[in-house]
Amino acid sequence: MAEENKMTIILFSGEMDKALAAFTLATTAGSMGFKVTMFFTFWGLNVLKKGGLLAKKTNFLQKMFAFMNRGTKDSLPLSKFNFSGAGPAMMKLLMTQKKMASLPEMMKLAKELGVKFEACTTSCNIMGVDREALIDEVDEMVGAASYLGDAKNSNVNLFI
Amino acid sequence: MENITPDSTLDCVGLYCPVPIIKTTQKLKELKAGEILEIDADDEGILKDMPAWCKTTGNEYLGEEKGSDGIIKVFVRKSKQ
Repeated sequence: MAEENKMTIILFSGEMDKALAAFTLATTAGSMGFKVTMFFTFWGLNVLKKGGLLAKKTNFLQKMFAFMNRGTKDSLPLSKFNFSGAGPAMMKLLMTQKKMASLPEMMKLAKELGVKFEACTTSCNIMGVDREALIDEVDEMVGAASYLGDAKNSNVNLFI
Repeated sequence: MENITPDSTLDCVGLYCPVPIIKTTQKLKELKAGEILEIDADDEGILKDMPAWCKTTGNEYLGEEKGSDGIIKVFVRKSKQ
């Protein structure tokens, strides 16, 4: 390969199906030798949450918001057919039956392939989470300028 | 297609995109340059995916063999780099 290919993905959505789509493309690109950066913002940040943990300094509204916006990589809803959690449960069962990789497995593969995870600091603030409340796999806490700096030199850029 | 003798075989039967591609990436790291890897799969997407992956990564796609049992065998030669 003459030049290194780069891919940048913004994961804005916090649903399992959309996260799976993002990680399918990220891991495939990683295996094709792309340097991949994933930027997690708004609902997408749920994918990186440890769950149950909040930033040290949070106010009442942030606590309320975090209570309503529960969900981690292991317990995300579906964008369609959610049915209060019955949809995701069925989908997980189907995926296990069909030997498809689950979201946590895809995330592990992504890390093994060198995919970089970046968390949006602004979203972290609103959601009441800090570095400690996010999984260890997060590489950096960044803002829009850092993402755009990467995206500028990227061959493929997605917003999911 | 003439007979190809693989140096190693990777079983991806029952696995879906993108797992066979990712497993190929990982497996190929264990092989030496010039060695041939056979990948067995039953997700027909591999017929288009593997040549595309080879083109991007610089490895050589040698061809495929479709068995009557629905198992597809594809052959990849590891590049020098």
